[in-house]
Amino acid sequence: MNALSSAVLRYSPLLILALCWEAAARSGLFSSSSLPPLSAIALAWVDLARSGDLTGNTLASLWRTGAGLGLAIVIGAVLGFAMAFWRGAETALSPVVELFYPLPKSALIPVTALWLGFGDGSKILLICMGCMLPVTMGAFNGALSADRTLLWSARSLGASRLRSMWDVVLPSAVPELLNGIRTALALSFVLLVSSELIVSREGLGYLIGFLGSNGTYESMFAVVLTVAFIGFLADQLFESFVRRILAWRD
Amino acid sequence: MLLNKQERAGAGVWHEHTSMSGIVVEGLRHLYRPKRGAPVLALEDVTLSVGDQEFIALLGPSGCGKSTLLYLMGGFLPVETGLITMDGAPVAGPGPDRGVVFQHFALFPWKTVLQNVLYGLERQPLARGEREARALAFIKMVGLSGFENNYPSQLSGGMKQRAAIARTLAIDPKALLMDEPFGALDAQTRHLMQTELLAIWRRSPKTVIFVTHDVQEAVYLAERIVVMSARPGRIKEIVTVGLDKADPELTRSSAFAQMSDHVWSLVRDEAIKAQAGVGP
Repeated sequence: MNALSSAVLRYSPLLILALCWEAAARSGLFSSSSLPPLSAIALAWVDLARSGDLTGNTLASLWRTGAGLGLAIVIGAVLGFAMAFWRGAETALSPVVELFYPLPKSALIPVTALWLGFGDGSKILLICMGCMLPVTMGAFNGALSADRTLLWSARSLGASRLRSMWDVVLPSAVPELLNGIRTALALSFVLLVSSELIVSREGLGYLIGFLGSNGTYESMFAVVLTVAFIGFLADQLFESFVRRILAWRD
Repeated sequence: MLLNKQERAGAGVWHEHTSMSGIVVEGLRHLYRPKRGAPVLALEDVTLSVGDQEFIALLGPSGCGKSTLLYLMGGFLPVETGLITMDGAPVAGPGPDRGVVFQHFALFPWKTVLQNVLYGLERQPLARGEREARALAFIKMVGLSGFENNYPSQLSGGMKQRAAIARTLAIDPKALLMDEPFGALDAQTRHLMQTELLAIWRRSPKTVIFVTHDVQEAVYLAERIVVMSARPGRIKEIVTVGLDKADPELTRSSAFAQMSDHVWSLVRDEAIKAQAGVGP
């Protein structure tokens, strides 16, 4: 009960914002197409959910983000650790990483569409490519941040060189790696929605574009808020996962 | 050569040992190569013989290479010129025969106290129950019973160092290499830990190499004090302490004060030189 009331208190600014929205929309200061009342948006959301459009497109989008992000995490972490452990990998990869790190990843949307078409493949590839580098950087920097006295301790307690890498460098890298993954998670939603808006026939981004161009603005807002909520939920879930993993940090 | 003679005479007072047992350092020279800038001569012509179960302090100002010497003995840095042997065998890497305690504890932060102490035991051919019992016994010995499942971040500095000492002692190393282990602790905790270390050493004697820049600490703990000079690190003199460590009034005795004064007079010049940043 206490946790619930503190959560209510914590998110009360959102409630106030929602009330302001409703009041502003009903005041007649804005046209109903540019700012429909929240209540109308809620009704539109229910309609969308009943029709099955929302569920289908949400599942399509979640599959794309999940697959793209999953691949990005696996490949990115392997590359980052390889760069940290093996000088050859660092020499070969660091110029590539330096060049592509600042690239706005949305520039790759037409490229992946050209390669793989309008379907899932191009979105998954885009999200994978776009989200990989923050994970790589996290794994690389995290592995390098391992304290040498921890490695020495492991060795002098009887661990082999390889064993001490596994037991010390990998866990030392986890906090930085998780930071990189969190950045990647946020980035994946940006890439998902923008690519679906531009080159897609399915997904939440596509639905937003479709409803917007049809002039059904209540429904469009409903999908926008759904995307916001999914992003929020994903971040919260990830946060609680991180808290559990890093419980030792206090 | 003069240092050699002094040092051998000193060793003979306390321990009769063959040249095969204990830790022997011969003609050691070490270049420290920073990532940028020119290499620095960290140690030059260091020759030292530490007897089995002897308690030695390496004393000197910061930058005299005393920690480097310890790391070389630990096998963490490669020996390039000279030789270090442990019981006659050249040191060629870290090993569980030489347990190490670092100034900043070096506990695995993602492991609990118990998991930390178990880490070395898991690398030994022991049954699971035996490992657990041994770990718990050492945790109890250092007074951390009840904190087995705490993470290092939940412990005070003194408790962290106790846990680190338990972790090292649990694998029963022949030698204990300690790098300013009490340097990060407050004065009261430091004094308690010194007393406990002596008690542990008396109960289960081991060869101890104890790096410190604290003269009183060196005189209180060690049988012999290796005073080092700075830049490059050389052995300036080896002092045989010869005080009764079991005497509870030791630190208030005039013999203790005289010995501290003597050692301090040896260290002072080096500390001034080290501060001025010039070699001898």
